[in-house]
Formats: sequence, structure tokens, C-alpha cells
Amino acid sequence: MLKINNLHVNYGGISAVKGIDIHVPEKSIVTLIGANGAGKSTTLRAIAGLVKASAGEILFQDEDILGNDTIDIVAKGITLVPEGRKVFANLTVLENLKIGAYLRNDRIEEDINKVYELFPRLKERAWQFAGTLSGGEQQMLAVGRALMAKPKLIMMDEPSLGLAPLVVNNIFEIIEEINKQGTTILLIEQNANKALKIADYGYVLETGNITFQGKGMELLQDKKIIDAYLGTSKR
Amino acid sequence: MTSQLFMQQLANGISLGSLYALLAIGYTMVYGILRLINFAHGDIFMMAAYFMTFSIVTFKLPWYIAIIVVIIATVALGVLLEKVAYRPLRDAPRMSIMISAIGASFLFSNLATYLFTGVPRGFPDIKVLTTTVKVGSISLSVATLITPFITLVLLYLVLFITNKTKIGMAMRAVSRDFETAKLMGININRVISTTFIIGSALAAIGAILWGSRYPSIMPLMGVMPGLKCFIAAVLGGIGNTTGAVIGGFILGMSEIMLITFLPSLTGYRDAIAFIILIVVLLVKPTGLLGEKVTDKV
Repeated sequence: MLKINNLHVNYGGISAVKGIDIHVPEKSIVTLIGANGAGKSTTLRAIAGLVKASAGEILFQDEDILGNDTIDIVAKGITLVPEGRKVFANLTVLENLKIGAYLRNDRIEEDINKVYELFPRLKERAWQFAGTLSGGEQQMLAVGRALMAKPKLIMMDEPSLGLAPLVVNNIFEIIEEINKQGTTILLIEQNANKALKIADYGYVLETGNITFQGKGMELLQDKKIIDAYLGTSKR
Repeated sequence: MTSQLFMQQLANGISLGSLYALLAIGYTMVYGILRLINFAHGDIFMMAAYFMTFSIVTFKLPWYIAIIVVIIATVALGVLLEKVAYRPLRDAPRMSIMISAIGASFLFSNLATYLFTGVPRGFPDIKVLTTTVKVGSISLSVATLITPFITLVLLYLVLFITNKTKIGMAMRAVSRDFETAKLMGININRVISTTFIIGSALAAIGAILWGSRYPSIMPLMGVMPGLKCFIAAVLGGIGNTTGAVIGGFILGMSEIMLITFLPSLTGYRDAIAFIILIVVLLVKPTGLLGEKVTDKV
């Protein structure tokens, strides 16, 4: 569904992504793990058209979308759940969901109800300003908002960041659920352990290069990855 | 003082206040989205007054067509201003766009001086607006009488657009976060243009009502009302539309009441706005209805 070939991105004068290849097959969960500053966010931002790639190609359903406007990319069926949730604090929960469907002209009530089924908490708080929600609720809203666009591919940037452990488990269950309902997922995580457990395939990014890749379960058992990203219980 | 004079001045105060409110909405909306004080807004107002003069005196249009033409021309000017002076600086530091706004303001007033000369011109006498009517014991021009109602209707309309329509929802989203708004598929440029369309249309209506009240127009006529309405917006809580209208009312009313009760201080009528500004900035910088911060991190 999404094929990235030899992507280079310069960000603030620094070469943040140095020629990576990523393949995200339809209906899969693919994860990108790595330390801070490895270029994970930059990769997603380049796919979403928020930053300009300096070289390479980004094929979405065999069409090169590199250099397209963000609006066109969203219209083609790619949405990004940005790092730090970025819900519109000055809009109500319901309005946040509606604005996720901004480009759609069909009826959206049914999809709002689907999001409410997935996150019953949001229904209770539909008339509250999003800024009054807790971090976990805001993350649910950010995911729900992205779903409202009826995307083919959802990209999530650190959805578990700063959330309580119980909420993190909940978020990962939801990610799997969304995937089961047919949406392809490209996930960035620092919580490599959890991300690899639900992922079909994983890539490890280090300072702009892909250093390892493989099936989620294989990477989980790879000694180098355990040492670098998963931590060991031996000590 | 007779109660009749007081009522007369009260009506004048309300009317002047609602005129200020019309302009203040423009300041507050642009600030809400771009975090920019559009210093050229007063000059857009001035240009609208000239457009009205030319439509009626030079092109001899009937007043009702002239009003439409003037609103359209002013809106076009406002949108052009944003495209040329502000859009290219969207990613520049805030100070650059502010300086560009000041530059645009000077450009407009000097261009108007060059094109129309500095000699004051008479504003066309629109009989429908300048006829005097008696309300109880006081006599008012139609313009004075209807200005508050026009302002309230337009305020309602602006609030309806921002709170109940899709483009209004997009405006609120853009005012919060450009990048995330883009991720929703919102066309930022279109949203910003809409803001300038609304602000300029209100400035045009304000200019027509202003001209009917003070029928002498000149290139620098926008400077003082512009500054005062900016102050009105700050007083009400910049970024808040209802606040801007309340601020406008307070400012207009204090000005007229100063003249009424302390006629010896009439020369200070412009100063009162700035005194209010200083007090607001010292006591409550967010203004009366300043943006609530409902943010959890």
C-alpha cells in the first residue's frame, strides 16, 4: 500500500533521514522504532507532506505522493495522529471529531457513533472542550479524529507517550482493533516492546538509517535489539 | 444637565460605541487567527469611505448599489492586503509580519494622500441615513439610530459563522494550530482569506455609517479610529468577538460621557482610549473576556 524508496529528508539543515526504504503492506501494522532523534517523526511528517523530502519517492497505492500538498495526501486516504495528540483544545470533543471529517461531504453520523463505540468515554464528554480531557482521553480523541477521515492508512506518532501504563495497554488494544477493522497502520513508538508485539513487521531506525528490520516477533527475540531497545532483565 | 441632553448623549455614545465595535471585530478576528495586529485595518476603513464617495459622487450610483459595490471593493482590498503583505511572511518571525502591517498602513494612507490629495472631501449625503428622526424627546439621525442594531445583527452573524458553520469550525481550529489543521485537510489560506473578508466587510459598513455621521473624509481619517478600535479589541480581550463589541461600546460611551460631563476636557477625548489601554495592560492584560486557557499538557 505504501512504499518508500530511498527517502532523504533534511530538517533544519541537518540530514535527518538518510535514504530509507519502508514497505507497508495493505491491512498490516508496521512499526518504526528507535531512539529520540532517529528520524522517525521526520519520516511520518514527510509522508504527510508537512516537511519536504530532498530525494526519494513515496508511493501510495502505486502513485508518487512526494511533494503533494498535505490536503491532497489526506484526501488520498492517509492521516497522521500527531505526536503530543494536538487535539483542538478550544473545540468540543464532538467538533474535534467533525473536523476530522473536514474533507468529507457525505453523512458522518454513523462514523461518529463508531468512534463512540470504540471510545465510550468520548461520548460522555462530547460537549466538553477537548482541552479539559485527560491525556489518555485526548489520545483517544486524536485517534478518533483521525478515523473520522475514513483513512486507508493511519500513521501514529508516539501514541503512548506520557500516558499511564493502563491507558497505554488500552491504546494498543485499540490500535489492534482498528487494524482488524481493515485500516493499515504505520506506528512510531518508543515503547518498542509493545509496538513489536502487535506489529506484523518492524523497522529499527538509527540516526536516519534503517539498521534492522524483520517480522515483529523476530525482532522481539533479536539479541541486539533486546540489548538496545527492549532492555534486559539479566542485570 | 437636562435629562433630555443626557438621553441624547447616551444615544450618541451607544451609536459611536457600536461603530467602534464594527471595526474592533476585524482586529480581533485577524488577531485570533494570525496573532497579528492588522495595523492597516483602519486604512482599509478609510479606503472604504473613499470608495463610497467615488461610487456616489463620481459614478452616480444609487446608494443601495453603492453600498454593495463598496463592500465588495473593500473586501477585495482586504484580501489583497493579506495575500501581498502577510501571506509571504506566514512562517517569518511575528515581528516581521507586524512591521509589514505597519508598512501597509503607511502605504495606504500615503497612497490615498497622493491619489485623492490631503484636502478633506465631503461624504455623500445619503438621505436614508442622514434624515433626522425624533425618538421621544431626542432627535437623532437615522444612521445614529440604526448603527447599534446593525452592529448587533452583524455580531450575531459573525458568532453564527464562527460557532455553527464548517468554515467557522475550521477558523477556530486554525487559530489554535496551523499544522494540525492542515492534517485535517483544512485549506489554511482559504480560512485566513475568509477572516479578512469578514473583517473588511464590517470595516466597509462601519465606514459608510461613520461617513454619514462625520461627513468629512481624508486620508488619515482611519488612523485614530483604527487605534481606538484596536484598543477596544484589547479591552474586550483580543481574539474574542463578543469582547471586541463590548470593548467598542465601553470606549464609545466613555468618550461621549467625558464630553458630556466634563466639557472642559473635550480636547482629551482621544486620550481616554489610551488611558484605558494603559489601565487594561496594567490590570488585566487578557482583557474582559480574554481567551480562557483550557490546556492540559
